Amino acid sequence: MSHADTMTGHSGLMEKPAFSVPAKKMAMWLFIIADSATFAACLVAYGFLRNATPNWPRPFHSITNVAIMTFILVTSSLTMLFAMEAARAGDKPKALRWTLITAAAGVLFALLHIREWMALIGEGMTLFKNPWGTGLFGSAFFSITGLHLLHVTCGVIALVAVGLRYQAGRYNADDLEITGLYWHFVDLVWMFVVPLVYLLNLSH
Amino acid sequence: MAMTDAPKSNARRYVVVYFCILAIAALQFVIAYSNIGTEQMFARMLVVAVVEAALALLFFMHLSDNRGLKWFVVIFTVAVILGMQYGWTDSFRLLDGAPWAK
Repeated sequence: MSHADTMTGHSGLMEKPAFSVPAKKMAMWLFIIADSATFAACLVAYGFLRNATPNWPRPFHSITNVAIMTFILVTSSLTMLFAMEAARAGDKPKALRWTLITAAAGVLFALLHIREWMALIGEGMTLFKNPWGTGLFGSAFFSITGLHLLHVTCGVIALVAVGLRYQAGRYNADDLEITGLYWHFVDLVWMFVVPLVYLLNLSH
Repeated sequence: MAMTDAPKSNARRYVVVYFCILAIAALQFVIAYSNIGTEQMFARMLVVAVVEAALALLFFMHLSDNRGLKWFVVIFTVAVILGMQYGWTDSFRLLDGAPWAK
């Protein structure tokens, strides 16, 4: 059998991609499923602790900061979609511009998050104690929001790296779309973190 | 779609879904200030969050375009999350401060 026969023969032996989704995209979906189980485990554990602890603190006086953070993150999902639309249309400069705007929104979100952390730490909250009630609150709060902040940080790095490589021609529109999937997932997780961690702990 | 066709823009649909998600997110903040018990508030917020997440999954992550993948993601994720609910009753028992059998 010649080399050419071998090469053409392989395509016949290859299995079709699962759900007609390209392998890289499928890998990202599997990662998202696994990661959503991680976040779900954290949030369920948090809910368990909150339910089982009578003196659970309610330290948040205002929703302004978390509302602005939510607005920024949801808007960054939209800008990422615009980047994907531009990439699909073959407009590389526009796609890079929207990708970098998305990354900038991620940086802004992270800065607001860190500012909020600093304010809580300034009020005396640490991983194991706080002035308002059970010390479990600090560890639960910092673990969940910290894990999310880590995802945002990784997402910003990925967006910039993939955006620049897409512009340079080393990555294609599919790679940008896969990075976008991850970014939307980060946004999706925040939709559950906000009510459970912030809004249920508002001091009325 | 044929390879020669120009890609159809979904920008308008994305903007509509974006505003829907923002409106639903705002609803969560309204619920947070409503005068109801924590359990009811938790249930309402969770329902709203699920609707919000479903919109993001279907339209932002394009799960609505792929039926097979949609059911794979939904069934697998929901099964795992439901499996995690096993210990809830124990949290109520802890809150009440003692084993039930007294």
